[in-house]
Amino acid sequence: MPRIRATNFLISLLVLALGAWMIVSSTLGQARRSAATRAQGLAGWEQVYQVLTHPRCINCHTATSYPQQGDDRHRHISNVIRGPEGKGVPGLNCASCHQETNADSTGVPGGHNWHLAPLSMKWQDLNDRPLSSAAVCRAVTDRSKNHNLDGPGLLKHHEEEALVLWAWNPGRRPDGTMRTLPPLTHQEFVAATRRWVEAGTPCPTGR
Amino acid sequence: MATYQLNVNGQRKEVTVDPSTPLLWVLREDLKMTGTKYGCGVSACGACTVHVAGVATRSCVVPISLIGERPVVTIEAIGEDPIGRAVQNAWVEKDVVQCGYCQSGQIMSAVALLKHTPKPTDTNIEESMGGNLCRCATYVRIREAIKSAAEQSK
Amino acid sequence: MSASTKKATELNPGRRNFLRVSAAAAGGLLVSLWLDFPVTAQEGGPPNPTQRTYPPDAFVHIRPDGKIVIQVNRLEFGQGVQTALPMILADELDADWSQVVAELAPADDVYKDPMFGIQMVGGSGSIAHSFQQYRELGAKTRAMLVATAAGRWKVTPDQCRTELSVVYGPGGKSTRYSELARDAARKDVPASVRLKDPSQFRLVGKRVRRLDSGAKCNGSLKFGLDLDLPGMKVAVVAHPPVFGARVKSVDDKAAREVEGVREVFEIPLAKGTGVAIVADKFWPAKQARDRLKIEWDFSGVERADSSQLREQYKQTARKAGMSAVARGEAKAIDSVNARNLIVAEYEFPYLPHAPMEPLNTTIRFEGDKAEAWAGSQFQTFDQMAIAEVLGLKPDKVTFHTEMAGGGFGRRAVTDSHVQREAAVIAKRLRGTPVKLVWTREDDIRGGYYRPLHVHRVEVGIGADGMPSAWRHVIVGQSLLAGTPFAMMMKDGVDNSSVEGVSDTHYNLPNFNVSVHHPTVNVPVLWWRSVGHTHTGYVMETLIDELAARGKMDPIAYRRKLLKPEAKKLHSALELLDTRSAAWRRSLPRGHAVGIACHESFGTGVACAVDVSIKDKRPRIHRATVAVDCGLAVNPLSIESQFQAGMAFGLSQLMAHGAVTLKDGIVEQRNFDGYVPPYIGDAPVVVDVHIVPSTEAPTGCGEPPVPVISPAVVNALSKLTGKRYRTLPLVTV
Repeated sequence: MPRIRATNFLISLLVLALGAWMIVSSTLGQARRSAATRAQGLAGWEQVYQVLTHPRCINCHTATSYPQQGDDRHRHISNVIRGPEGKGVPGLNCASCHQETNADSTGVPGGHNWHLAPLSMKWQDLNDRPLSSAAVCRAVTDRSKNHNLDGPGLLKHHEEEALVLWAWNPGRRPDGTMRTLPPLTHQEFVAATRRWVEAGTPCPTGR
Repeated sequence: MATYQLNVNGQRKEVTVDPSTPLLWVLREDLKMTGTKYGCGVSACGACTVHVAGVATRSCVVPISLIGERPVVTIEAIGEDPIGRAVQNAWVEKDVVQCGYCQSGQIMSAVALLKHTPKPTDTNIEESMGGNLCRCATYVRIREAIKSAAEQSK
Repeated sequence: MSASTKKATELNPGRRNFLRVSAAAAGGLLVSLWLDFPVTAQEGGPPNPTQRTYPPDAFVHIRPDGKIVIQVNRLEFGQGVQTALPMILADELDADWSQVVAELAPADDVYKDPMFGIQMVGGSGSIAHSFQQYRELGAKTRAMLVATAAGRWKVTPDQCRTELSVVYGPGGKSTRYSELARDAARKDVPASVRLKDPSQFRLVGKRVRRLDSGAKCNGSLKFGLDLDLPGMKVAVVAHPPVFGARVKSVDDKAAREVEGVREVFEIPLAKGTGVAIVADKFWPAKQARDRLKIEWDFSGVERADSSQLREQYKQTARKAGMSAVARGEAKAIDSVNARNLIVAEYEFPYLPHAPMEPLNTTIRFEGDKAEAWAGSQFQTFDQMAIAEVLGLKPDKVTFHTEMAGGGFGRRAVTDSHVQREAAVIAKRLRGTPVKLVWTREDDIRGGYYRPLHVHRVEVGIGADGMPSAWRHVIVGQSLLAGTPFAMMMKDGVDNSSVEGVSDTHYNLPNFNVSVHHPTVNVPVLWWRSVGHTHTGYVMETLIDELAARGKMDPIAYRRKLLKPEAKKLHSALELLDTRSAAWRRSLPRGHAVGIACHESFGTGVACAVDVSIKDKRPRIHRATVAVDCGLAVNPLSIESQFQAGMAFGLSQLMAHGAVTLKDGIVEQRNFDGYVPPYIGDAPVVVDVHIVPSTEAPTGCGEPPVPVISPAVVNALSKLTGKRYRTLPLVTV
C-alpha cells in the first residue's frame, strides 16, 4: 500500500513539475520568442509592404475617387470612379468590364467581386504616392478600419481572398503581354505574413 | 469553337464561336445585330454598351465564354422598357445626335443610370456618363435629354 | 421681282443649267439638276460641248405613295446636311415635310459640289455651295407640277398655289403632287424660275429636327461598318510601324491556324507595304493579325520624332520663310524697344481625328465592274482610286455613300489610301465582297494627322497699347503639296498653314507673315478647321495678352483693333457682349472669363467662357457664343454645331490630346493613350446666339472649333498668371 501511494505521489509530482516547467518555460520561451521574432516580424512586415505597394495591389488601394492601372499606376481609363461602395456608379460599374475571371483575349483583368478597397484601406495619399511602411502597417492593423481583422484574420485574408490571389494571376494586357507579378510568390507572401502575425503584427515606428 | 446558349433581348439564341470572341462581335456578326457599335475594343469609349443581367456592360471586352445565362439586352430592344423608351424619345425630342455612332452606348448607359437613380443630379449624370465618349461632343444635349427623360418618367 | 430674287435666279455666264426629267420605273417624277460650274472662279470661256448622258440618279423622287425622296449630294457625318439640304429643297417645293425622306447620293457627276467640281464635303461648304442649287431644284420641280395641274384645269399657273404637297386651283380644285408626278415628267423644264422671298420660307430659318434621329437612337441605322452582304469576308491589314516601311518577311503560320482565316498576303500601301488578312469575320481576322510575326525593312525610311521636330522647327522659325503677307515696313519690328516687345513661341502637336466609327470600306469586284460602299467625304477621288486599282473606268464602279460615324476631315483623303487597300484585297478576292476594317489602333497610329506646327511671333506694342508691328513665322508641313490641290499653292505658300493669321481682320501695321513647309515622313491632313486650329489659338491668345497689358477689356480691345470691314466679327462681338454681360460681371470667386473671336470659312464667331480650375484641370461652367453665318438655314442645327463643335475643339487642350512619334513610331495606341474630351471636360452649358441676317449662308461645321481653346486658356491665364503656348495642355 504505501508503495503505490508513493508512486502516485511521485507521478503527481512529476506531472506537476512537468506542468510547472511547461508553464515557466513557455512563458520564458514566449518572451524569448517575442523578443527574437519582433525583429523577424518587422522583417516579415517589410516583405509584406513590398507586395502591398506593388501595382497589382496598390492600384485599388487609392485615397482618391479613382483606381489606378498599369505598372506606372496611371489613372484608370474611361473616368471610372469609386462610387459609394467602391463598385463604381450606375452605368459605369467595375462589373461593367471586369468579370469573375481574367479576359485574356481582350486584356481586361477579372476576379470575384472586383471592386476598390474602401477608403479606410487607402495605402496612398491624395497625390497618388504610396504611404510609408509605418503608415500602411497602422492602417492594415487598425481593427476599427480593417473589417475587424485580427492577426489570424489578416493571415487568412492574405491566404484565401480571391482579389488577393488575383495579384499572382493577373492575366494579359490588351497588347498581349503578361502583367507583372508582385516581388514575392504568394507562398512567400503568406510566409512573411505569418512571421509578422506570429510576432504580434508589429509596426515600424515613425510616420 | 464552342456552342453557347444565350438569352438576348428575351430570346434564346445559340451560337458556335471561338470562346474568346467578345460579346460585341457575337452580337454584330453572328446574330447580325449591328446596333451595338465598335469604337475602340478596349472599353475606353462605351459605344459597345449593353445590359447584362441589368448591369451596363462594355461588350467589347467580355468574352462570350463569360456571359453564361445572364440575360443580355441591347439597343434594339431597350425601347420596350418604359425608361428606355423615355430616353429614346428625349434623345429625339432634344435633337441630341450628330453622327450618332456613339449614341447606342450613350442611351444604354443613360438607361442604366435612370433605372438606378430616377432623379439624377448634374453630378450623377456626369459621373455615370463620364466614360461614354462622343467625338462629335454632343454632351450638352445629352445632359439635357437625360434630365428630360427623368422628368417624363416620373 | 425683288432685287434679291432676281439675283438669286440669274445664272452667271459660262454656267449651263440642265434639268432632266423622266418618269421613274416605279412611277413618279424624277428630277435631275446638273449645274456645270467651272472648277475655279477664274475659268470662263465657252461651255463644254461634250454631250453627257445622265444616270437615273435623281435629286427628287416624288413617289406615288406621296413620299418625297431627296438625294443629298454629300456625306452626312454628323453635321446635319441630310436634314438641311432637303429642307431647302422641300421649302421651295412646298412639300409636306413629314413625307420627306433623305438619302445619301452615290458617287456621280450629277452630285458634284457646284463650287469645287468634285463630289465632296468639307470646308464647311455644304450650305454655302448648295443653297442656291437646292433652292432651284425645289422651285423648278414645283413649277412643273403647277404647270401640269394648270394644264389639266385649263387655268394659268398664276391662278394656282401650292402647300404641303398639294396644288390648289380656282374654284376649290386641288390635286396631290403624287397624282401629278407622272404627267409632270413630260413637261418642259423651265429655263428660269422665281424663288421664294425669304418671308415665304416655311422651313428655312426654322428650328427643324434632324430626319435621322430616330434610326440613330434605336440601333437600326446602318453605318459603313455595319454593312453585311451575302458571302462577305472581313479584312484587316498589318501596317508598318514606321510610315513607308516595307515587309521584309512574314511568318504567318500561327495566323493561319486561327479558325476562319482565309487568306494572308502582302499588299502594297500608299507608302510601303503591309500584310492583309482575310477571314470570315472580324474577330478571327484581328486575332490572326495579332499572331503575325513580321520583319520590316526600314532602309531608306525617315524616322520622324516629335521632340526633334519641335526643336528643329523652333530653330527654323527664327529665320524668315516664304512670304505670305508683307505689309508696311518689314524692319519696323527690329527697332521696337524690348519692354514694348512680346516674343512668343507656340508649339502644336500632331492631332488624330479619331472619328467614332473607325475607317472601313466594302468592295465587291466582278471583273468588268465593281460596287463599293464607304462613308466618304471625297466620293469622286475615291471612286477614281478604286477604279484605277481594279483596272476599270470610274463609271464602272458603283460607289454607295454610307452614313458615317464622324469624320472631321479624316474621310477626305486625296490619296484614297483606305479605298486603295480595300480595292487591292477585293481584286484578289474577285467575286467575293470584302469589308476592310481599320481598328482603332490602326486609326490612331495610321497617320494623316493635323500637322505639328511651331509659330514664332514678335509683336511691338505702341504707346496706345495697340500693335505697332507684327512679325509672324510659321513652320509646318504643307497639306496640299503632292496632292491634286497643290496647284492652289502660291509662291510655295500653303494657305492652310497661314489662314487665320495672313487674312486676319485685325488692323496690324507693319505686318509680316512667312512660312516654312518642311518635308517630313508623316502623312498629314486637314483637321476640322484646318489651319485655324493653331492660327486662331495664336492670334486670340496674343490679342488677349495685348489687351491685358494695355489694361483694356478684352472685348473692347478687339472691337477697337478689328477693321471696320470685319462686319461678321463686329456683329458677333456685339451680340456676345450683350448676351453674356450679366454673367460675366457676376462670377463667383475662383472663376474667370475668357474671350476669343475668330472668323473662318466665312463665318464670324465670338465666345465667352466661365472657367475655374478643378482637380488641376480647366472646368468650363458655361460658354456663350455668338455667330454670324449669314442666313441661318436651320437654327437648331447651328445651335447643335456650336454647342458640340466647341467641345470638340477642346480636344486640343486635353492632357493626353496629341499623337507623338519617337524614332518613327507612334507612341499612342488607342483611347487610353490619346484621350479626347469626355462629358466632364466639355462645357456644362452652352448658349448660342445667331446674328439675324439675310446674307448668303456660310458654314457652321468648322467655325466653332478655333475659338474655344484660346478662350479657355485666356481665362486660365487670369487665374494662374501663366501663358499657355504649348499644346496640349499637360499642366494648368
